[in-house]
Amino acid sequence: MISLNFVLMLAGILFALSVAGIFLNRKNVILLLMCIELMLLAVNFNFIAFARQLGDLGGQVFVFFILTVAAAESAIGLAILVVLFRERKSINVEQLDTMKG
Amino acid sequence: MSITEILFYAFSGVLLVSAVGVITARNPVHAALFLVFSFFNSAVLWMLLEAEFLAIVLVLVYVGAVMVLFLFVVMMLDINVAQVKEGFTRYAPLGILIALIVVAEIGSVVWVKSLGQEVTPVTAIAAEPGYSNTGALGELLYTKYLYPFELAAVILLLAIVAAIVLTMRKRAGLKQQDIGAQVSVRAQDRVRIVKMPPVIEAGEKQS
Repeated sequence: MISLNFVLMLAGILFALSVAGIFLNRKNVILLLMCIELMLLAVNFNFIAFARQLGDLGGQVFVFFILTVAAAESAIGLAILVVLFRERKSINVEQLDTMKG
Repeated sequence: MSITEILFYAFSGVLLVSAVGVITARNPVHAALFLVFSFFNSAVLWMLLEAEFLAIVLVLVYVGAVMVLFLFVVMMLDINVAQVKEGFTRYAPLGILIALIVVAEIGSVVWVKSLGQEVTPVTAIAAEPGYSNTGALGELLYTKYLYPFELAAVILLLAIVAAIVLTMRKRAGLKQQDIGAQVSVRAQDRVRIVKMPPVIEAGEKQS
């Protein structure tokens, strides 16, 4: 039987890898979006593991909603990215300092 | 060790390797393809965890739609790979340190929680023979989670509208119909009726 601990550790390592990816690729907005997708995948692993452990399908319903929201998020994010590239000819995060943030 | 377990360990190893590929690939297209690969591996793992419907949805929605969109955008934007990747080695130690801290924290929580007790084997939801994951999930979605389900539909509609509005642009010199102007046009704007008195030539009358 697959133990719950193994799935949780797998999800944890996947999440840590995507956090490291955000640190490593902090210049490229597309790769940042991909790392966010990977993070959401890791979180979904936790939901599915607990849904199976507790015998409750509510966790799988939550994964369904997370997938929906993540798809909407990446569609809007990529649209913003396309408009941004058209305006600035660059997707480097460090050059996006118009608002002095 | 059952065949399920062996498959699970093998596919989770491949999943972690492809996740490393996503974050270290030099070319964004390679990163996107590695991400597709890790989504496929996750779909297999979810199927082994008895979430069959979500595994199929992951392949259809993520690999089929979201990652195609990613690849489309990556190939449409003309990115200078060398410039984007500079500073990679400078940030690498910090990134690895943060990753190790996150793994240590999550691992310690998982380990402490399971310290006193024996690790409970995962209980199967699918006990009876005629069980369908899709059917059970649909039954739950349309009864208990109906309101969130409709909110999800509204969010998707919002995403469609927002993506179209953001990327639509008016180019100068583009010839296109103005439907409003066409409908509101009146006959007086187009045709001018001129009164002209009939003139009869003197020579024509006698012939």
